[in-house]
Amino acid sequence: MLKAYYHLLIRDLRLALRNRHELANPLIFFVLVVTLFPLAVTPTPDALEAMAPGVIWVSALLAVLLSLDRLFKQDYDDGSLDQLMLSPNPLMILVLSKVTAHWLLTGLPLVIIAPLLGLFMSLPMEAVSVLIYSLLLGTPVLSLVGAIGVSLTVAVNRGGVLLSLIILPLYIPILIFGANAVDVASDGLPVTGQLLFLGAVLALAVSLAPLATSVALRITASR
Amino acid sequence: MSAPLIKWFTVSALLIGLYGLYLGLFVAPTDYQQGESYRIIFIHVPAAWMSLFIYMVMAISSGIGIIWQIRLADMVAAASAPIGASFTFIALVTGALWGKPMWGAYWVWDARLTSELILLFLYFGYMALQSAIEDQRSADKASGLLAIVGVVNIPIIHYSVEWWNTLHQGATVAKFDKPSMHIDMLIPLLLMAVAFKLFYAAVVLVRTRNEALYRDRNRRWVRELIEKL
Repeated sequence: MLKAYYHLLIRDLRLALRNRHELANPLIFFVLVVTLFPLAVTPTPDALEAMAPGVIWVSALLAVLLSLDRLFKQDYDDGSLDQLMLSPNPLMILVLSKVTAHWLLTGLPLVIIAPLLGLFMSLPMEAVSVLIYSLLLGTPVLSLVGAIGVSLTVAVNRGGVLLSLIILPLYIPILIFGANAVDVASDGLPVTGQLLFLGAVLALAVSLAPLATSVALRITASR
Repeated sequence: MSAPLIKWFTVSALLIGLYGLYLGLFVAPTDYQQGESYRIIFIHVPAAWMSLFIYMVMAISSGIGIIWQIRLADMVAAASAPIGASFTFIALVTGALWGKPMWGAYWVWDARLTSELILLFLYFGYMALQSAIEDQRSADKASGLLAIVGVVNIPIIHYSVEWWNTLHQGATVAKFDKPSMHIDMLIPLLLMAVAFKLFYAAVVLVRTRNEALYRDRNRRWVRELIEKL
């Protein structure tokens, strides 16, 4: 079982690394969207600092949302998704492996680039570290919950807007606590509560989302 | 079989609703703080209750449909979604109308308003997924699964929004000790809630019947039914 998890993970990472330009797209999108806000609203440091947590978190959310397509689309198109479902290994484990690959390829780069954006938005240093922690806890949940949505819509033509319609409401708690943690931290207050909440949601999502995703994949495949 | 039930539900919903409205609008005392405008709660609160109740019905019947493969349960879920969305919309609009004189604004980013709005989005997502998938069986199952995922999420959304920001007055009815509401106001409120439930029962039966007829429109039993008419 662990072997299957590992092999699928390696396969996905290798496939992605062969397509490097695609790898950078969500990251560039993330930076680009954050850059739009100072241009559109105001470049004064005080105003930027006030909206920074929300702007960075919303942009991260959208970047993950746009990259979700990659989770199952290719495998669905070339039929390897059906092969995965036929394998004797539990589908949940395979789903978890694919989600891990997705997070390593999109979530983790977002976390790494985030301090730079914190700098752009003139966040204080202590808030930047909280931003990293909150993204580190929050982005895996975005991938996990997103996987449910993708597996439901992967067979739908032009499912992109539909996917965001389904998934965005489910992302709201993560957004609230992620952005709130950073916001509170920039006022110099403790943020343990928010981070614990994010951790709890992550634990819940790791245990339940692969289950829902594998049911959804079987529904999609049964057509 | 559902025809007598529909008739019974409709008539009783109408009678109880009219009586509840009469009690609520004419008999119940004026609120010492909010004046006459509090009377909108006789619509607003039952609609808000219904919006959650119908989502639960949807999720439970979707679960029945997925687990035991009962087609009728899927149809009930599909038939309920637009009704639930309408109740959510009514709750939001009446809330906004009440909010203007009370809070001085039609819309504030209060916890309950926000979770109600998110609930509306969940309904929209369900209906969008239902109509996007052509094959009816898998459309039912996919959107059913989404409804169940939504139910797991509703408490999380509710509490996260609650901690985020709240301005709304606390619950006045569902307290286990004495409700903090005058009995002359409580009775019409509960009557209206019963009337809304009966109304929903009637409408969901009609819609499910239509759904069943529509889905089986090429089957023989529907043809025979039409020829008889």
